Amino acid sequence: METHFEEVSHRSKILQALEDQDTSASFLDPLESEMILNMGPQHPATHGVLRLLVKLDGETVVNCIPELGYLHRGYEKLAENCTYHEFIPHTDRLDYISPLSNNTAYSLAVEKLLGIEAPMRAQFIRTIISELARISSHLLFLGSLAMDVGALTVWMWSFREREKLYDIFENLVGARFTTSYTRIGGLAQDLTPPATAMIEEFIAAFPGNLEECERLLNRNRIFVGRCDGVGVITREQAIDLGVTGPTLRASGVNHDLRRALPYLIYDQFDFDVPVHEGGDSLARYYQRMAEMKESVRIVRQALDKIPNGPIHAFKPHNVLPRKKEVYTRMEELIHDFMLINFGIDPPEGEIYFSIEAPKGELGFYIMSKKGDGHPWRFKIRSPSFVNIHALPTLLKGAMISDVVAIIGSIDPVMGEADK
Amino acid sequence: MMDNQTVLERLKTRLGDTILESHEFRGELTVVVPKEKIVDVCTLVKNDPELAYDFLSDLCGFDMYTPSKRFGVVYNVLSLRNRHRFRIKIFTDEEDLKVPTVTGVWRAADCAERETFDMFGIVFEGHPDLRRMYMPEDFEYFPLRKDFPLMGIPGSLPLPKK
Repeated sequence: METHFEEVSHRSKILQALEDQDTSASFLDPLESEMILNMGPQHPATHGVLRLLVKLDGETVVNCIPELGYLHRGYEKLAENCTYHEFIPHTDRLDYISPLSNNTAYSLAVEKLLGIEAPMRAQFIRTIISELARISSHLLFLGSLAMDVGALTVWMWSFREREKLYDIFENLVGARFTTSYTRIGGLAQDLTPPATAMIEEFIAAFPGNLEECERLLNRNRIFVGRCDGVGVITREQAIDLGVTGPTLRASGVNHDLRRALPYLIYDQFDFDVPVHEGGDSLARYYQRMAEMKESVRIVRQALDKIPNGPIHAFKPHNVLPRKKEVYTRMEELIHDFMLINFGIDPPEGEIYFSIEAPKGELGFYIMSKKGDGHPWRFKIRSPSFVNIHALPTLLKGAMISDVVAIIGSIDPVMGEADK
Repeated sequence: MMDNQTVLERLKTRLGDTILESHEFRGELTVVVPKEKIVDVCTLVKNDPELAYDFLSDLCGFDMYTPSKRFGVVYNVLSLRNRHRFRIKIFTDEEDLKVPTVTGVWRAADCAERETFDMFGIVFEGHPDLRRMYMPEDFEYFPLRKDFPLMGIPGSLPLPKK
């Protein structure tokens, strides 16, 4: 009996939240044209398990509430019980469309906490893989947005390109999807000549292939009609809501962490930060297309400049030794044993480190205590989580059929929104 | 460009005794303020023309698991113009888990405060819609507290009957 009552009160709480002064003050809805639509968590256009409660007046969206938690795995709690090395595979499962940039972000955050730095070659490789991950993520955006508004060909073409990227990852990392490539203070494997050749081949052909997709979409009347002027978010709203990444830059804010607070070696490269003014779905599409071209530029420069040298920092207390050395040398065996069993012991302190991930600012806040092999508090600031909470603003006043085009244009990934 | 010293001096001239403590670690500035003053402090750092921390990157709670000042909230703020980050921190006791909301300053705090409430049970007074974020609405515990076991509490989540 009591549980039934609780259920009812929970439901009415959500309904109550949907009704604020803007929506339900003066008229009584005599025609009963208002209804509440439950979209998701199993809906092909919600990119995973996002659930939206949409309040409709006829076909117009009056209000919307995103409901999260269908993929909540408690990674922050898990991190507090893992050593720093053990958590690397879990970062793959955050934004599973671009695991390589999550790996990079996590390693950089822990390195900042430890006060160490990876060698130059490792930093170059990390830059290359982050940009390849950005291309991979934006390609998925391109395909899924086009499919959401009814163009299936682009999906096929963008996935053809992603397949090439996955082949590169397989060659470089040994896995296509769950990469776990970076290590604290270095990388799992070095960039081999075959992988370099594959990346070179990919970036030589990619701009042309991207142009083919653009030719299908840029002057496509249906695509432009479905995206133009839909889901507008102004500059001020975007900053206030904490929106980051391409969604923020498509609203006219020139903010890219690669430029604003440079990390890795981004200050050595010549690239532009594209900015679009529209703030609508079409601007977000153009924004990501432009960013992919800039990523190609960065990868090309990085491949030209990449130095030879070690890919691991020489910090035996923090960096895992190579397998070959573990099997043949005494000191390395001891360090390996200590690192695997007790973990790294960083100094007491707290850091916040963030990178410009494909979807926006991916940040890690780590609080550590001395003598503890694992973080005391580990917070993941995921871009999709914050961007999804801009949906009520984006959707207000839109048509029901535009909802999919708007969700598609902010490109959320539930793996990182739900952590 | 701003550096931590300039920011701290500016904060000290504007806030005076409100700053209880400040420290730097790995080039990041942390400022501890009393929780009653958090809205004033946030409004100031956002609206002060020199500071202009207009972007709330992140807000999260933490549990120190100490008898007093057990819980706290961290605000990681970013100034888009000055390209500078720093951190505001407040502490609260276990008996009094009420903290004023900063949703009026940055709307970005909305979802983050809801998440913090869900995970730690810190109640943000004045929040427009303080509900659970990830856990079910009738869940009785707060999972990120240090006294919540990693394996969970058996029976705390209702599962469908076999």
